[in-house]
Amino acid sequence: MLVKQISIFLENKSGRLAEVTRVLGSNNIDISALSIADTTDFGILRLIVNNPKEAERILRENGFTVSCTDVIAIGVEDKPGGLAKALEILEGINVEIEYMYAFVGKTSEKALVILKVANPDKVIEVLKNAGIEVLTSETVYKL
Amino acid sequence: MNQNIIYWNKTYECMSRDEMTRVQSERLIETVKRVYHNVPFYREKMQKKGIEPGDIKSIEDLKKLPFTYKQDLRDNYPYGLFAVPLSEIVRIHASSGTTGKQTVVGYTRRDIDTWAEVMARTLTSAGATKESFIQVAYGYGLFTGGLGVHYGAERVGASVIPISGGNTKRQIQIMKDFGTTILACTPSYALYMAEEMEEMGVKREELKLKAGVFGAEPWSEKMREEIEEKLGILAIDIYGLSEVIGPGVATECLYKCGMHIQEDHFIPEIIDPETEEVLPPGSKGELVFTTITKEGLPLIRYRTRDITRLNYDVCECGRTLVRMEKVSGRTDDMLIIRGVNVFPSQIESVLLEIGETAPHYMLIVDRIDNLDVLEVWVEMNQEMFSDEVKKIEDIEKKIRREIESTLGINAKVKLVEPKTIERSEGKAKRVIDKRKL
Repeated sequence: MLVKQISIFLENKSGRLAEVTRVLGSNNIDISALSIADTTDFGILRLIVNNPKEAERILRENGFTVSCTDVIAIGVEDKPGGLAKALEILEGINVEIEYMYAFVGKTSEKALVILKVANPDKVIEVLKNAGIEVLTSETVYKL
Repeated sequence: MNQNIIYWNKTYECMSRDEMTRVQSERLIETVKRVYHNVPFYREKMQKKGIEPGDIKSIEDLKKLPFTYKQDLRDNYPYGLFAVPLSEIVRIHASSGTTGKQTVVGYTRRDIDTWAEVMARTLTSAGATKESFIQVAYGYGLFTGGLGVHYGAERVGASVIPISGGNTKRQIQIMKDFGTTILACTPSYALYMAEEMEEMGVKREELKLKAGVFGAEPWSEKMREEIEEKLGILAIDIYGLSEVIGPGVATECLYKCGMHIQEDHFIPEIIDPETEEVLPPGSKGELVFTTITKEGLPLIRYRTRDITRLNYDVCECGRTLVRMEKVSGRTDDMLIIRGVNVFPSQIESVLLEIGETAPHYMLIVDRIDNLDVLEVWVEMNQEMFSDEVKKIEDIEKKIRREIESTLGINAKVKLVEPKTIERSEGKAKRVIDKRKL
Protein backbone atom coordinates (compact mmCIF):
# COMPACT_ATOMS: atom_id res chain seq x y z
CA MET A 1 0.00 0.00 0.00
CA LEU A 2 2.98 2.25 0.36
CA VAL A 3 3.81 4.31 -2.66
CA LYS A 4 7.42 5.17 -3.52
CA GLN A 5 7.99 8.86 -4.07
CA ILE A 6 11.32 10.09 -5.32
CA SER A 7 12.90 13.23 -3.85
CA ILE A 8 15.58 15.16 -5.67
CA PHE A 9 17.90 17.85 -4.30
CA LEU A 10 17.90 21.00 -6.43
CA GLU A 11 19.93 24.15 -6.08
CA ASN A 12 17.95 27.33 -6.59
CA LYS A 13 19.45 27.84 -10.04
CA SER A 14 17.51 28.24 -13.23
CA GLY A 15 17.34 25.23 -15.46
CA ARG A 16 17.66 22.56 -12.80
CA LEU A 17 14.01 21.57 -12.83
CA ALA A 18 14.00 21.53 -16.62
CA GLU A 19 17.06 19.27 -16.58
CA VAL A 20 15.30 16.74 -14.33
CA THR A 21 12.22 16.60 -16.52
CA ARG A 22 14.41 16.36 -19.61
CA VAL A 23 16.31 13.38 -18.23
CA LEU A 24 13.14 11.63 -17.18
CA GLY A 25 11.38 12.43 -20.41
CA SER A 26 14.12 11.05 -22.61
CA ASN A 27 14.07 7.83 -20.59
CA ASN A 28 10.36 7.28 -20.92
CA ILE A 29 9.52 8.02 -17.31
CA ASP A 30 6.06 9.45 -16.83
CA ILE A 31 5.40 11.92 -14.02
CA SER A 32 1.99 11.66 -12.33
CA ALA A 33 2.41 14.17 -9.57
CA LEU A 34 4.94 16.81 -8.63
CA SER A 35 5.62 19.06 -5.68
CA ILE A 36 8.50 21.33 -4.77
CA ALA A 37 9.47 22.26 -1.24
CA ASP A 38 11.69 25.28 -1.39
CA THR A 39 13.87 27.34 0.91
CA THR A 40 15.98 30.39 0.07
CA ASP A 41 18.92 28.29 -0.99
CA PHE A 42 17.65 24.98 -2.28
CA GLY A 43 14.58 22.95 -3.12
CA ILE A 44 13.46 19.38 -2.81
CA LEU A 45 11.58 18.14 -5.82
CA ARG A 46 9.12 15.33 -5.04
CA LEU A 47 7.78 13.17 -7.81
CA ILE A 48 5.36 10.33 -8.24
CA VAL A 49 6.38 8.47 -11.39
CA ASN A 50 5.36 5.31 -13.18
CA ASN A 51 8.67 3.56 -12.43
CA PRO A 52 10.32 4.92 -9.31
CA LYS A 53 13.22 2.45 -9.20
CA GLU A 54 14.20 3.18 -12.77
CA ALA A 55 13.77 6.91 -12.27
CA GLU A 56 16.02 6.84 -9.23
CA ARG A 57 18.73 4.99 -11.12
CA ILE A 58 18.60 7.24 -14.15
CA LEU A 59 18.67 10.44 -12.12
CA ARG A 60 21.62 9.23 -10.06
CA GLU A 61 23.49 8.35 -13.22
CA ASN A 62 22.93 11.90 -14.38
CA GLY A 63 24.49 13.30 -11.22
CA PHE A 64 21.45 14.09 -9.12
CA THR A 65 21.10 13.34 -5.43
CA VAL A 66 17.98 11.24 -5.10
CA SER A 67 16.25 9.42 -2.33
CA CYS A 68 13.13 7.32 -2.14
CA THR A 69 10.41 7.89 0.45
CA ASP A 70 7.35 5.89 1.33
CA VAL A 71 4.14 7.90 1.07
CA ILE A 72 0.43 7.16 1.13
CA ALA A 73 -1.90 7.89 -1.77
CA ILE A 74 -5.56 8.41 -0.97
CA GLY A 75 -8.48 9.04 -3.27
CA VAL A 76 -10.94 11.85 -2.52
CA GLU A 77 -14.04 13.01 -4.39
CA ASP A 78 -13.05 15.33 -7.19
CA LYS A 79 -15.58 18.04 -6.46
CA PRO A 80 -15.80 21.09 -4.20
CA GLY A 81 -15.60 19.97 -0.60
CA GLY A 82 -14.04 16.65 -1.50
CA LEU A 83 -10.68 17.47 0.03
CA ALA A 84 -12.21 19.25 3.02
CA LYS A 85 -14.26 16.18 3.85
CA ALA A 86 -11.23 13.89 3.71
CA LEU A 87 -9.13 16.23 5.82
CA GLU A 88 -11.87 16.46 8.43
CA ILE A 89 -11.76 12.72 8.78
CA LEU A 90 -7.99 12.81 9.07
CA GLU A 91 -8.21 15.49 11.73
CA GLY A 92 -10.74 13.42 13.61
CA ILE A 93 -8.47 10.43 13.78
CA ASN A 94 -5.45 12.46 14.78
CA VAL A 95 -3.14 11.77 11.87
CA GLU A 96 -0.08 14.01 11.86
CA ILE A 97 0.78 14.99 8.32
CA GLU A 98 4.31 16.11 7.50
CA TYR A 99 3.35 17.31 4.05
CA MET A 100 0.85 16.62 1.30
CA TYR A 101 0.06 17.51 -2.27
CA ALA A 102 -2.77 16.68 -4.61
CA PHE A 103 -3.36 16.05 -8.28
CA VAL A 104 -6.21 15.06 -10.53
CA GLY A 105 -6.29 11.62 -12.09
CA LYS A 106 -7.34 11.15 -15.70
CA THR A 107 -9.42 8.09 -15.22
CA SER A 108 -11.68 8.29 -12.18
CA GLU A 109 -13.74 11.02 -10.58
CA LYS A 110 -11.33 10.78 -7.75
CA ALA A 111 -8.56 13.25 -7.04
CA LEU A 112 -5.37 11.92 -5.62
CA VAL A 113 -3.78 13.19 -2.44
CA ILE A 114 -0.26 12.18 -1.49
CA LEU A 115 0.45 12.17 2.23
CA LYS A 116 3.71 11.89 4.09
CA VAL A 117 3.22 10.70 7.64
CA ALA A 118 5.49 9.40 10.37
CA ASN A 119 4.05 5.87 10.69
CA PRO A 120 2.62 5.05 7.27
CA ASP A 121 1.66 1.43 8.00
CA LYS A 122 -0.29 2.36 11.08
CA VAL A 123 -1.96 5.29 9.34
CA ILE A 124 -3.07 3.15 6.41
CA GLU A 125 -5.03 0.94 8.82
CA VAL A 126 -6.60 3.95 10.45
CA LEU A 127 -7.53 5.51 7.10
CA LYS A 128 -9.15 2.33 5.85
CA ASN A 129 -11.18 1.97 8.99
CA ALA A 130 -12.40 5.53 8.57
CA GLY A 131 -13.66 4.75 5.10
CA ILE A 132 -11.01 6.61 3.10
CA GLU A 133 -9.84 4.97 -0.10
CA VAL A 134 -6.17 4.10 0.06
CA LEU A 135 -4.67 3.43 -3.35
CA THR A 136 -2.25 0.66 -4.10
CA SER A 137 1.13 1.47 -5.55
CA GLU A 138 0.24 -0.43 -8.74
CA THR A 139 -2.73 1.81 -9.29
CA VAL A 140 -0.73 4.95 -8.69
CA TYR A 141 2.10 3.95 -11.01
CA LYS A 142 -0.36 3.23 -13.78
CA LEU A 143 -1.97 6.66 -13.67
CA MET B 1 71.13 58.32 10.42
CA ASN B 2 68.52 60.85 9.44
CA GLN B 3 68.21 64.05 11.53
CA ASN B 4 64.45 64.27 11.05
CA ILE B 5 63.74 60.79 12.31
CA ILE B 6 63.16 59.80 15.91
CA TYR B 7 64.37 56.30 16.73
CA TRP B 8 63.36 54.33 19.77
CA ASN B 9 66.69 52.54 19.90
CA LYS B 10 69.19 54.20 17.58
CA THR B 11 72.07 51.92 18.67
CA TYR B 12 70.46 48.84 17.22
CA GLU B 13 68.25 50.41 14.58
CA CYS B 14 71.20 52.15 12.90
CA MET B 15 73.92 49.64 13.70
CA SER B 16 76.57 48.95 11.06
CA ARG B 17 76.24 45.67 9.21
CA ASP B 18 79.51 44.35 10.66
CA GLU B 19 78.47 45.19 14.20
CA MET B 20 75.03 43.65 13.65
CA THR B 21 76.60 40.45 12.33
CA ARG B 22 78.74 40.27 15.46
CA VAL B 23 75.75 40.79 17.76
CA GLN B 24 73.68 38.22 15.88
CA SER B 25 76.45 35.64 15.94
CA GLU B 26 76.95 36.02 19.70
CA ARG B 27 73.26 35.73 20.39
CA LEU B 28 72.83 32.79 18.01
CA ILE B 29 75.56 30.81 19.75
CA GLU B 30 73.83 31.39 23.11
CA THR B 31 70.45 30.41 21.74
CA VAL B 32 71.71 27.19 20.16
CA LYS B 33 73.32 26.18 23.45
CA ARG B 34 70.09 26.98 25.28
CA VAL B 35 67.84 24.89 23.02
CA TYR B 36 70.30 22.01 22.75
CA HIS B 37 70.44 21.67 26.52
CA ASN B 38 66.85 22.49 27.41
CA VAL B 39 64.62 21.35 24.55
CA PRO B 40 64.74 17.57 23.80
CA PHE B 41 63.08 18.22 20.44
CA TYR B 42 65.96 20.41 19.26
CA ARG B 43 68.66 18.23 20.79
CA GLU B 44 67.32 15.20 18.90
CA LYS B 45 67.01 17.14 15.67
CA MET B 46 70.55 18.42 15.92
CA GLN B 47 71.96 15.05 16.89
CA LYS B 48 70.26 13.49 13.88
CA LYS B 49 72.09 16.01 11.72
CA GLY B 50 75.32 15.34 13.59
CA ILE B 51 75.54 18.91 14.90
CA GLU B 52 76.62 20.13 18.31
CA PRO B 53 76.39 23.65 19.76
CA GLY B 54 80.15 23.97 19.31
CA ASP B 55 79.71 23.72 15.53
CA ILE B 56 77.87 27.02 15.47
CA LYS B 57 80.40 29.84 15.52
CA SER B 58 78.60 32.60 13.64
CA ILE B 59 75.51 33.36 11.61
CA GLU B 60 77.30 31.78 8.65
CA ASP B 61 76.60 28.47 10.38
CA LEU B 62 72.86 29.12 10.57
CA LYS B 63 72.30 26.99 7.49
CA LYS B 64 73.69 23.96 9.35
CA LEU B 65 70.75 24.04 11.75
CA PRO B 66 67.47 22.16 11.22
CA PHE B 67 64.20 23.89 10.36
CA THR B 68 61.17 24.16 12.60
CA TYR B 69 57.66 23.76 11.19
CA LYS B 70 54.23 24.72 12.50
CA GLN B 71 53.51 21.01 12.78
CA ASP B 72 56.35 20.73 15.30
CA LEU B 73 54.56 23.23 17.52
CA ARG B 74 51.34 21.26 17.15
CA ASP B 75 53.06 17.94 17.84
CA ASN B 76 54.55 19.38 21.03
CA TYR B 77 51.33 21.00 22.20
CA PRO B 78 51.14 22.73 24.55
CA TYR B 79 54.51 23.32 26.24
CA GLY B 80 56.86 20.75 24.65
CA LEU B 81 59.13 23.32 22.99
CA PHE B 82 59.54 25.66 25.95
CA ALA B 83 63.18 26.09 26.99
CA VAL B 84 62.57 27.13 30.59
CA PRO B 85 60.79 25.61 33.59
CA LEU B 86 57.09 26.47 33.47
CA SER B 87 57.39 28.51 36.66
CA GLU B 88 59.39 31.04 34.65
CA ILE B 89 56.67 31.46 32.05
CA VAL B 90 54.72 34.57 32.93
CA ARG B 91 52.46 34.76 29.87
CA ILE B 92 50.80 32.29 27.53
CA HIS B 93 49.26 33.19 24.20
CA ALA B 94 47.80 31.04 21.45
CA SER B 95 47.04 31.68 17.83
CA SER B 96 43.67 30.99 16.27
CA GLY B 97 44.15 27.34 15.65
CA THR B 98 42.75 24.05 14.54
CA THR B 99 40.26 22.03 16.55
CA GLY B 100 42.00 21.19 19.78
CA LYS B 101 45.53 22.02 18.72
CA GLN B 102 46.17 25.74 18.82
CA THR B 103 49.71 27.02 18.45
CA VAL B 104 50.75 27.87 22.00
CA VAL B 105 53.53 30.33 22.81
CA GLY B 106 55.06 31.23 26.18
CA TYR B 107 57.02 34.23 27.48
CA THR B 108 59.40 34.76 30.38
CA ARG B 109 59.61 38.15 32.10
CA ARG B 110 62.54 39.07 29.87
CA ASP B 111 60.61 38.00 26.76
CA ILE B 112 57.77 40.35 27.72
CA ASP B 113 60.38 43.05 28.04
CA THR B 114 61.86 42.19 24.61
CA TRP B 115 58.38 42.26 23.12
CA ALA B 116 57.68 45.68 24.57
CA GLU B 117 61.04 46.86 23.18
CA VAL B 118 60.40 45.75 19.59
CA MET B 119 56.85 47.03 19.72
CA ALA B 120 58.08 50.38 21.06
CA ARG B 121 60.38 50.57 18.03
CA THR B 122 57.40 49.81 15.80
CA LEU B 123 55.21 52.52 17.28
CA THR B 124 58.05 55.05 17.28
CA SER B 125 58.62 54.29 13.57
CA ALA B 126 55.05 55.42 13.02
CA GLY B 127 55.70 58.63 14.93
CA ALA B 128 54.45 57.68 18.42
CA THR B 129 55.88 59.50 21.44
CA LYS B 130 54.86 59.79 25.07
CA GLU B 131 52.46 62.56 24.03
CA SER B 132 50.51 60.09 21.90
CA PHE B 133 47.10 58.61 22.64
CA ILE B 134 47.16 55.08 21.27
CA GLN B 135 43.84 53.30 20.70
CA VAL B 136 44.47 49.55 20.67
CA ALA B 137 41.61 48.07 18.69
CA TYR B 138 43.26 44.69 18.20
CA GLY B 139 41.62 41.91 20.20
CA TYR B 140 42.84 41.45 23.76
CA GLY B 141 43.04 37.88 24.95
CA LEU B 142 44.96 34.84 23.80
CA PHE B 143 45.57 36.62 20.51
CA THR B 144 48.92 38.41 20.63
CA GLY B 145 47.68 41.55 18.87
CA GLY B 146 46.04 43.49 21.68
CA LEU B 147 48.46 42.93 24.53
CA GLY B 148 51.45 43.08 22.19
CA VAL B 149 50.68 46.59 21.02
CA HIS B 150 49.57 47.57 24.52
CA TYR B 151 52.87 46.83 26.24
CA GLY B 152 54.83 48.52 23.44
CA ALA B 153 52.66 51.61 23.72
CA GLU B 154 53.11 51.76 27.49
CA ARG B 155 56.87 51.37 27.03
CA VAL B 156 56.87 54.39 24.73
CA GLY B 157 55.05 56.21 27.52
CA ALA B 158 52.00 56.99 25.42
CA SER B 159 48.50 57.02 26.90
CA VAL B 160 47.06 53.65 26.01
CA ILE B 161 43.34 53.19 25.34
CA PRO B 162 42.86 49.40 25.58
CA ILE B 163 39.52 49.24 23.80
CA SER B 164 40.04 45.89 21.98
CA GLY B 165 37.89 45.09 18.92
CA GLY B 166 34.22 45.57 18.13
CA ASN B 167 31.54 48.08 19.10
CA THR B 168 32.52 50.40 16.29
CA LYS B 169 30.24 53.31 17.14
CA ARG B 170 31.79 53.46 20.60
CA GLN B 171 35.29 53.25 19.14
CA ILE B 172 34.62 56.31 17.03
CA GLN B 173 33.06 58.22 19.89
CA ILE B 174 36.14 57.47 21.98
CA MET B 175 38.49 58.50 19.16
CA LYS B 176 36.67 61.81 19.19
CA ASP B 177 36.31 62.31 22.95
CA PHE B 178 39.64 60.90 24.14
CA GLY B 179 41.70 62.51 21.38
CA THR B 180 43.23 59.36 19.90
CA THR B 181 46.29 60.18 17.82
CA ILE B 182 47.40 56.68 16.85
CA LEU B 183 45.15 53.79 15.88
CA ALA B 184 46.18 50.14 15.98
CA CYS B 185 43.89 47.57 14.33
CA THR B 186 43.54 45.42 11.21
CA PRO B 187 43.47 47.41 7.94
CA SER B 188 40.02 46.12 7.00
CA TYR B 189 38.67 47.21 10.37
CA ALA B 190 40.13 50.66 9.82
CA LEU B 191 38.16 50.93 6.57
CA TYR B 192 35.08 49.65 8.31
CA MET B 193 35.50 52.35 10.95
CA ALA B 194 35.90 54.97 8.23
CA GLU B 195 32.55 53.93 6.78
CA GLU B 196 30.88 53.93 10.16
CA MET B 197 32.26 57.43 10.74
CA GLU B 198 30.62 58.60 7.54
CA GLU B 199 27.32 57.14 8.65
CA MET B 200 27.63 58.77 12.04
CA GLY B 201 28.42 62.07 10.39
CA VAL B 202 31.83 62.33 12.08
CA LYS B 203 34.34 64.15 9.88
CA ARG B 204 38.04 63.28 9.95
CA GLU B 205 38.80 66.92 10.80
CA GLU B 206 36.96 66.42 14.10
CA LEU B 207 39.51 63.77 15.11
CA LYS B 208 43.10 64.18 16.24
CA LEU B 209 44.30 61.05 14.42
CA LYS B 210 47.79 61.28 13.01
CA ALA B 211 48.84 57.72 12.17
CA GLY B 212 47.90 54.08 12.37
CA VAL B 213 49.77 50.78 12.57
CA PHE B 214 47.97 48.09 10.66
CA GLY B 215 48.71 44.38 10.33
CA ALA B 216 47.54 40.83 11.08
CA GLU B 217 46.28 40.46 7.51
CA PRO B 218 47.47 41.23 3.98
CA TRP B 219 46.46 44.59 2.52
CA SER B 220 47.13 46.42 -0.76
CA GLU B 221 48.56 49.83 -1.60
CA LYS B 222 45.10 50.76 -2.76
CA MET B 223 43.70 49.99 0.67
CA ARG B 224 46.47 52.05 2.25
CA GLU B 225 45.56 55.03 0.09
CA GLU B 226 41.92 54.63 1.04
CA ILE B 227 42.70 54.49 4.75
CA GLU B 228 45.02 57.49 4.56
CA GLU B 229 42.47 59.48 2.61
CA LYS B 230 39.41 58.61 4.68
CA LEU B 231 41.00 58.90 8.12
CA GLY B 232 43.50 61.62 7.26
CA ILE B 233 46.43 59.66 8.65
CA LEU B 234 49.73 58.04 7.82
CA ALA B 235 49.07 54.30 7.50
CA ILE B 236 52.01 52.10 8.49
CA ASP B 237 52.33 48.41 7.67
CA ILE B 238 53.47 46.14 10.48
CA TYR B 239 54.27 42.44 10.50
CA GLY B 240 54.45 39.80 13.14
CA LEU B 241 53.50 36.27 14.07
CA SER B 242 52.87 34.74 17.49
CA GLU B 243 55.45 32.02 17.06
CA VAL B 244 58.22 34.56 16.62
CA ILE B 245 56.87 36.96 19.27
CA GLY B 246 53.61 38.57 18.08
CA PRO B 247 53.28 42.02 16.50
CA GLY B 248 56.62 43.85 16.48
CA VAL B 249 58.72 41.60 14.25
CA ALA B 250 58.92 44.13 11.42
CA THR B 251 57.62 47.61 10.71
CA GLU B 252 57.58 50.27 8.02
CA CYS B 253 59.13 53.62 8.74
CA LEU B 254 57.80 57.00 7.63
CA TYR B 255 59.21 56.40 4.15
CA LYS B 256 57.00 53.35 3.67
CA CYS B 257 59.44 51.37 1.52
CA GLY B 258 59.58 47.95 3.10
CA MET B 259 59.32 46.76 6.70
CA HIS B 260 62.40 46.91 8.92
CA ILE B 261 62.95 43.60 10.69
CA GLN B 262 64.17 43.81 14.30
CA GLU B 263 67.03 41.56 13.31
CA ASP B 264 69.02 41.94 16.51
CA HIS B 265 66.23 39.79 17.94
CA PHE B 266 65.01 37.79 14.94
CA ILE B 267 67.39 36.68 12.17
CA PRO B 268 65.59 36.39 8.80
CA GLU B 269 66.47 34.09 5.93
CA ILE B 270 64.80 33.54 2.57
CA ILE B 271 64.63 29.94 1.36
CA ASP B 272 63.33 28.05 -1.63
CA PRO B 273 60.15 26.46 -0.24
CA GLU B 274 60.71 23.21 -2.15
CA THR B 275 64.44 22.59 -1.68
CA GLU B 276 64.86 24.55 1.59
CA GLU B 277 68.04 26.09 0.17
CA VAL B 278 68.94 29.57 1.36
CA LEU B 279 68.54 32.14 -1.40
CA PRO B 280 70.70 35.25 -1.94
CA PRO B 281 69.46 38.71 -0.82
CA GLY B 282 66.88 40.13 -3.18
CA SER B 283 65.44 36.73 -4.14
CA LYS B 284 61.80 36.03 -3.55
CA GLY B 285 61.12 33.02 -1.36
CA GLU B 286 59.83 31.82 1.98
CA LEU B 287 60.66 33.83 5.09
CA VAL B 288 62.36 31.93 7.91
CA PHE B 289 63.09 33.33 11.39
CA THR B 290 65.53 32.35 14.12
CA THR B 291 64.87 34.04 17.46
CA ILE B 292 68.08 34.95 19.25
CA THR B 293 66.90 36.66 22.42
CA LYS B 294 63.72 34.79 23.38
CA GLU B 295 64.03 32.57 26.44
CA GLY B 296 60.64 30.90 26.83
CA LEU B 297 60.11 29.63 23.29
CA PRO B 298 63.23 30.13 21.21
CA LEU B 299 62.74 28.97 17.61
CA ILE B 300 65.43 27.86 15.21
CA ARG B 301 64.80 28.52 11.51
CA TYR B 302 61.01 28.65 11.79
CA ARG B 303 59.35 28.45 8.40
CA THR B 304 56.66 31.14 8.30
CA ARG B 305 55.15 30.10 4.93
CA ASP B 306 55.07 33.80 4.01
CA ILE B 307 56.59 34.77 0.67
CA THR B 308 58.71 37.92 0.47
CA ARG B 309 62.17 39.25 -0.37
CA LEU B 310 64.85 41.02 1.68
CA ASN B 311 66.63 44.32 1.03
CA TYR B 312 69.85 45.06 2.94
CA ASP B 313 70.36 48.59 1.61
CA VAL B 314 70.41 51.37 4.20
CA CYS B 315 67.01 53.07 4.25
CA GLU B 316 66.43 56.77 3.71
CA CYS B 317 65.28 56.90 7.33
CA GLY B 318 68.80 55.97 8.38
CA ARG B 319 67.92 52.56 9.73
CA THR B 320 70.22 49.74 8.69
CA LEU B 321 67.78 47.02 9.75
CA VAL B 322 67.06 44.77 6.77
CA ARG B 323 63.75 45.42 5.10
CA MET B 324 61.18 42.85 3.95
CA GLU B 325 58.71 43.49 1.17
CA LYS B 326 54.98 43.30 1.84
CA VAL B 327 54.11 39.59 1.94
CA SER B 328 52.93 38.56 -1.51
CA GLY B 329 51.50 35.14 -0.75
CA ARG B 330 51.89 31.92 1.19
CA THR B 331 53.46 28.59 0.47
CA ASP B 332 50.60 26.80 2.17
CA ASP B 333 46.89 27.28 1.79
CA MET B 334 46.28 29.36 4.88
CA LEU B 335 43.89 32.29 4.55
CA ILE B 336 43.51 35.30 6.74
CA ILE B 337 39.89 36.27 7.19
CA ARG B 338 39.14 39.27 9.40
CA GLY B 339 42.54 38.79 10.97
CA VAL B 340 41.87 35.16 11.81
CA ASN B 341 44.08 32.38 10.38
CA VAL B 342 42.00 29.81 8.54
CA PHE B 343 43.21 26.59 6.98
CA PRO B 344 40.81 25.03 4.47
CA SER B 345 41.55 21.68 6.08
CA GLN B 346 39.84 22.94 9.23
CA ILE B 347 36.61 23.13 7.27
CA GLU B 348 37.23 19.55 6.22
CA SER B 349 37.41 18.38 9.82
CA VAL B 350 34.12 20.13 10.55
CA LEU B 351 32.47 18.43 7.59
CA LEU B 352 33.75 15.04 8.72
CA GLU B 353 31.47 15.38 11.72
CA ILE B 354 28.48 15.34 9.41
CA GLY B 355 28.99 11.90 7.99
CA GLU B 356 31.34 9.09 7.11
CA THR B 357 33.06 10.88 4.28
CA ALA B 358 33.78 14.58 4.06
CA PRO B 359 31.84 16.03 1.17
CA HIS B 360 33.51 18.20 -1.44
CA TYR B 361 33.64 21.82 -0.41
CA MET B 362 34.84 25.18 -1.65
CA LEU B 363 35.64 28.32 0.31
CA ILE B 364 34.62 31.56 -1.32
CA VAL B 365 36.23 34.55 0.34
CA ASP B 366 35.20 38.05 -0.59
CA ARG B 367 35.29 41.51 0.86
CA ILE B 368 31.95 43.29 1.05
CA ASP B 369 31.67 46.76 2.54
CA ASN B 370 35.23 46.39 3.75
CA LEU B 371 34.57 43.29 5.80
CA ASP B 372 35.81 39.85 4.86
CA VAL B 373 33.01 37.40 4.26
CA LEU B 374 33.32 33.65 3.98
CA GLU B 375 30.91 31.42 2.14
CA VAL B 376 31.35 27.67 2.30
CA TRP B 377 29.89 25.65 -0.54
CA VAL B 378 29.25 22.06 0.45
CA GLU B 379 28.29 19.47 -2.10
CA MET B 380 25.18 17.55 -1.24
CA ASN B 381 25.76 13.81 -1.17
CA GLN B 382 23.61 10.76 -0.76
CA GLU B 383 24.47 10.44 2.90
CA MET B 384 23.41 13.97 3.79
CA PHE B 385 20.27 14.02 1.71
CA SER B 386 16.87 13.61 3.25
CA ASP B 387 13.37 14.07 2.00
CA GLU B 388 12.72 16.54 4.78
CA VAL B 389 13.57 20.19 4.32
CA LYS B 390 14.05 20.64 8.05
CA LYS B 391 16.68 17.89 8.22
CA ILE B 392 18.72 19.50 5.47
CA GLU B 393 18.37 22.94 7.03
CA ASP B 394 19.55 21.44 10.30
CA ILE B 395 22.67 20.14 8.58
CA GLU B 396 23.29 23.60 7.14
CA LYS B 397 22.87 25.14 10.58
CA LYS B 398 25.09 22.56 12.19
CA ILE B 399 27.90 23.18 9.72
CA ARG B 400 27.62 26.93 10.24
CA ARG B 401 27.67 26.54 14.03
CA GLU B 402 30.65 24.21 13.99
CA ILE B 403 32.59 26.52 11.68
CA GLU B 404 31.91 29.42 13.98
CA SER B 405 32.96 27.57 17.11
CA THR B 406 36.04 26.01 15.50
CA LEU B 407 37.33 28.98 13.57
CA GLY B 408 35.72 31.87 15.36
CA ILE B 409 34.31 33.32 12.19
CA ASN B 410 30.81 33.42 10.81
CA ALA B 411 30.38 31.71 7.48
CA LYS B 412 27.41 31.39 5.19
CA VAL B 413 26.84 27.77 4.21
CA LYS B 414 25.42 26.93 0.82
CA LEU B 415 24.53 23.41 -0.17
CA VAL B 416 25.16 22.78 -3.85
CA GLU B 417 24.39 19.96 -6.20
CA PRO B 418 26.86 17.13 -6.61
CA LYS B 419 29.66 17.53 -9.15
CA THR B 420 29.31 21.32 -9.23
CA ILE B 421 32.54 21.83 -7.33
CA GLU B 422 35.59 21.66 -9.55
CA ARG B 423 37.59 18.49 -9.28
CA SER B 424 41.30 18.74 -9.92
CA GLU B 425 44.30 16.52 -10.44
CA GLY B 426 46.53 16.34 -7.39
CA LYS B 427 45.95 18.94 -4.72
CA ALA B 428 42.33 20.03 -4.76
CA LYS B 429 41.64 23.72 -5.25
CA ARG B 430 39.61 24.52 -2.19
CA VAL B 431 39.58 28.29 -2.17
CA ILE B 432 38.32 31.05 -4.40
CA ASP B 433 39.61 34.33 -2.99
CA LYS B 434 37.78 37.16 -4.68
CA ARG B 435 39.41 39.85 -2.59
CA LYS B 436 41.83 41.99 -4.52
CA LEU B 437 44.53 42.61 -1.97
